[in-house]
Amino acid sequence: MASQGQQGLLEGYRVLDLTDELGWLTGKIMGDLGADVIKVEKPGGDPGRNIGPFYHDIPHPEKSLTWWTYNNNKRGITLDITVPSGRDLFLRLAEKADFIIEGFPPGYLEEIGLGYGKLHQLNPGLILVSITPFGLSGPYSNYRASDLEIMAASGLLTLFGSPDRPPVRVAVPQSYMWAGMSAAMGALIANYYRGVSGRGQHVDLSGQASCLWAVTPAQANWDVLEKDLTRDGEFITGRSTTGAKMRAIYPCRDGYINFIVYGGVAGRATNKALVAWMQEDNMAPQFLLDKVWDTFNIATVTQEEIDEIEKPIAAFLATKTKAEFFENAIKRRMLGYPVATAADIVTDPQLKARSFWQEIEHPELGVKITYPGGFGKFSGAPCGIRRRAPLIGEHNQEVYREELGLSSAELVRLKESGVI
Amino acid sequence: MNRQALAGLKVAEFAAYAAGPVTGKHLADFGATVVHIESGGRPDGFRVQYPPFAGNIPGVNRSGTFAVCNNNKYDITIDLKAPGGIDLAKEVVAWADVVIENFTPGTMDRLGLGYKELSRINPGLVMLSTCNQGADGPHASHPGFGSQLTSLSGFTYLTGFPDGPLSLLFGPYIDFIGVGYGVIAVLAALDHRRRTGEGQYIDLAQYENGLQFLGPIILEYNANGRVWERAGNRCDYAAPHGVYPCQGEDRWCALSVFSDEEWQKLRVLMGNPVWAADAKFDTLLGRKQHEDELDAKMAFWTAQYTPEELMAKAQDAGLRAGAVNRIRDVYSDPQYAHRNIWRGLEHAEMGIFHFQGPPFELSETPALIDRPSPLLGEHNEEFFCEIMGMSKERFQGLVERKVIA
Repeated sequence: MASQGQQGLLEGYRVLDLTDELGWLTGKIMGDLGADVIKVEKPGGDPGRNIGPFYHDIPHPEKSLTWWTYNNNKRGITLDITVPSGRDLFLRLAEKADFIIEGFPPGYLEEIGLGYGKLHQLNPGLILVSITPFGLSGPYSNYRASDLEIMAASGLLTLFGSPDRPPVRVAVPQSYMWAGMSAAMGALIANYYRGVSGRGQHVDLSGQASCLWAVTPAQANWDVLEKDLTRDGEFITGRSTTGAKMRAIYPCRDGYINFIVYGGVAGRATNKALVAWMQEDNMAPQFLLDKVWDTFNIATVTQEEIDEIEKPIAAFLATKTKAEFFENAIKRRMLGYPVATAADIVTDPQLKARSFWQEIEHPELGVKITYPGGFGKFSGAPCGIRRRAPLIGEHNQEVYREELGLSSAELVRLKESGVI
Repeated sequence: MNRQALAGLKVAEFAAYAAGPVTGKHLADFGATVVHIESGGRPDGFRVQYPPFAGNIPGVNRSGTFAVCNNNKYDITIDLKAPGGIDLAKEVVAWADVVIENFTPGTMDRLGLGYKELSRINPGLVMLSTCNQGADGPHASHPGFGSQLTSLSGFTYLTGFPDGPLSLLFGPYIDFIGVGYGVIAVLAALDHRRRTGEGQYIDLAQYENGLQFLGPIILEYNANGRVWERAGNRCDYAAPHGVYPCQGEDRWCALSVFSDEEWQKLRVLMGNPVWAADAKFDTLLGRKQHEDELDAKMAFWTAQYTPEELMAKAQDAGLRAGAVNRIRDVYSDPQYAHRNIWRGLEHAEMGIFHFQGPPFELSETPALIDRPSPLLGEHNEEFFCEIMGMSKERFQGLVERKVIA
């Protein structure tokens, strides 16, 4: 795979990032691919720096682990784009930018004189990416939403949780991830077109619609059969034409295991391998040993049959640890995984072997912290973290003086007047 | 009208189920020519193993799950095991700019269709391999599905109420994370190719893709030594922050308050009930401390409204609220309708199916969803003869020898 020193795939592109948490991931991804991403924060810093958890539990805008996670690979400047002096500087940056990513409420940029029309006139090749909860127009466009409301309105939340409790979200906001990733997709489709035509355009991303892909195949169940699938907690639904549901989460000695009785080639092989393993512990009942798995069809199985199969499996898995199950799943080529915690993930041998983790230095704290590395491996280019997230205004000098050519006296004036 | 954004881009998919095909679907929505390669003897698993089927009757051209993943594509069938099958597949690769595959690692190499061989035929090729665990490493060849990989990558452990069971994320959630990163990786590689002429091999592990969505749990563990736990619908810095019961059977609405000022707005909206005047609710710290009580009182109020009423009412008051859309509701949601998310097209065996548009709109080059998901092998003649320029005689010969089958 790629060696150090090679250029990233998006090397040479300049991205201005004016997003909040809904859109942080877009610039992070483009930075992973080598783009020069400049996070433009308001003087005093992005309010998202106040989202915990914090390094060593010290609540401080330079110590937010959440902010660090999604803002590495970016340089940081401060700028008040609402005043004429700041607006002027922003336009000078925009003139040379390839992408601007923003997450203001719909219409806000127009209000302050920085709408797409103005930016396009200044820089016809510019791609402006707007990331909002519901999109720039339409009946919900002015609605406010955090992760929970976006997940709810998307259709995803109705599928998470147990039937006897309210729908429930993932404890780390997911809609922000779907929005940020999807916006990067849109930005790069627009970039392809720019490569052909020289023309920029405006990408309008809806957070709500970004999450909708993850409901698949529930939407198809409604469209085809008018079957309205809903949350079923530890069970997997929609796999059998009889409506039978399969248990997916089994308690084990030190946590939980995800095991599902499947059909298909891999499922049948798994079922055989599990029964063989159960037999080694004398825990396989006769009916399981006698079962003809080669003709077992999950798409037509009944609830009664599934319940009967799952009962001895549950008893068996309860005697194993997560690690024992994982080892055997690998060795016996069975489908299924432990329900991993962060502690399990950081010790996974596969991630280690693939050099997934990256140690990133935080010189101002005198520590190195291990981060998840790049999202993929490329034969001819690096992908991963090159720099930690910026401190507030860390690159003001670099950007304003060295690139825009402001004098230090001008920089002082801008600082004193609160523009940067 | 402008040409489509990806017009002229040629994509060959040796792919099945979700992660590979949906990557191609996004490219096809924006004008790429995408061919989904199957074999008549062993079609895409979504065609045969995965309900729903139209009329609840299984059939290779009746799967809604296959449909949602494959509109706007050409579908051809090549028997890779027949003599000449691999050579024919290589001709398709020579035609393509991009190959997408999501077999278990090593499969393409064994077939003689590994990147080394394919890049010899087509030096500028961009090849995306997307799988569970990645192309190398001790677990590379371990088989797996997205519905289980979400557990290995930490999602399952983070979903549920602290005093209740864990919850699965319904379907192959992580496959669609792999899709997004797949589209991004291919387009970045194509841009690099435009600028340098170099092709690219891309090795994506959906496991590593999924962890991008959970970064903070890794930093929290590595920096502070703590395991991130499930938290129901609560948020450390907001209260109330929950999913509350509404009128109707199993109907809910999400609502959250991130500042003391918003709390005062909510009090007014609720009609200034006596309980809410209690000073203990005035501050975030107070509301967090008495959150169980707060949630119970909130639920009593929210239960008077339908989720849609509550959402509109709260939003009009400047508060964040979102009705929990059921799956049926996503087809009538006014915002989705405004964005033209669903595009109904006639499918030969399924009737009208609503194909799903992208979550982003491009002002100059909008997505065009104009062809339903293909029948198995539907475009053999059209693709080989018209798009690849094969003679009719040769095509007939390949059909007779069951290479195209």
